Amino acid sequence: MIELRGVTVRYGETVAVDAIDLELPPGKIYGLLGRNGSGKTSLLSALASYRKPSAGAVFVDGEPAFENPRVVRQTSFIRDTLDLNDSDRVRTALDIASWLRPTWDADYAAKLVDVFQLDTRKRVSSLSRGQRSMLGVVLGLASRAALTILDESYLGMDAVARTLFYRELLADYLAHPRTIVLSTHLIDEVADLFERVIIMDRGRILLHDETDSLRGRGVTVTGQAERVTAFAAGHTVLGEQSLGGVRALTLDGRLDPGDILLGEREGLTFGPLGLQDLFVHLTSQQPLEASR
Amino acid sequence: MFHDRSPIYVQIADGIKNDILGGSLEEDEQVMSTNQYAAFYRINPATAAKGFAQLVDEGVLYKKRGIGMFVSPDARGKLRAARRERFFAEVVEPMLDEAERVGISTDEITHYLGSRR
Repeated sequence: MIELRGVTVRYGETVAVDAIDLELPPGKIYGLLGRNGSGKTSLLSALASYRKPSAGAVFVDGEPAFENPRVVRQTSFIRDTLDLNDSDRVRTALDIASWLRPTWDADYAAKLVDVFQLDTRKRVSSLSRGQRSMLGVVLGLASRAALTILDESYLGMDAVARTLFYRELLADYLAHPRTIVLSTHLIDEVADLFERVIIMDRGRILLHDETDSLRGRGVTVTGQAERVTAFAAGHTVLGEQSLGGVRALTLDGRLDPGDILLGEREGLTFGPLGLQDLFVHLTSQQPLEASR
Repeated sequence: MFHDRSPIYVQIADGIKNDILGGSLEEDEQVMSTNQYAAFYRINPATAAKGFAQLVDEGVLYKKRGIGMFVSPDARGKLRAARRERFFAEVVEPMLDEAERVGISTDEITHYLGSRR
């Protein structure tokens, strides 16, 4: 079990992560979602023990994680910088990973290099943005670390490369279950792989739930204005739009099937929201139109 | 394959029920393992497991320890009975509502159904 207790990350006056408590049971794939600047990377740095929290602490199986060699060996954190020497060749970067990581699978790394058609003779500095991300994915997955954290590891990858990335991630997780935390802005593409979703907003956890229970959680109700308004009473309104006598309201929370049936009898129509629309509505700081 | 506007485990359970009703899954036939299912449909295995667990709860599938999951011997009959019960409420009633909206009388519908026999 990984536990964050009161984890706060401050940069001078700026609070990037604000007293977060979070429990992550092991062996699951987590999706970390949040807008730009919501604190995802700072949270992940603390989770990976790359950064000592300004306050609070991370515990792995009850032990403080920071500067704990046992935890460090079993954590792989792939971030933008890749933490590599840019003048090294890809081959060297992979060799170093194999020396540092007891759980490194060299055969699997070679397979991934092949899948992504990476040229191991190239210097890290000469890789394209997408190839750099592919190298990050190879380093992250082949380390087979008990806690693998991939922070926007798809940047610059084309649609084919991303598809290969998701496929390999799932296949390797099925063969070697472990805790994987993946941050992304491409919710629609990858959400099917997440067992749980964590949404961050302005340094705090807005939501942490099973992915499946978020599908269809929001609903847009459309119809004659007064009827829609009456139906929405008691529900949280996430978005609204009116045109003439027609009103559309996006509501949070799963609706009672009986209420939907009654609404339909009155001529209202109901359109459940996908994950991405729900995310947009929950994290937008400005009023939004109803989703359709 | 799956859409994200309702829980995927529900869609999985519905899909397997349709396969049983349609005959592409036979009674006492083994179904895919959750890992096979997850790999095939590119979804999280816990989501797939939840779909299968629901079918076991409903008696549509049964488990053989250490071997896998199988279609219950009486699954098709039970599913048919349940669907038949919902048929008029879920299929016929919406059709009659639409008929009323566009001004098709019950006589016209009966006539049409008679001509299809």
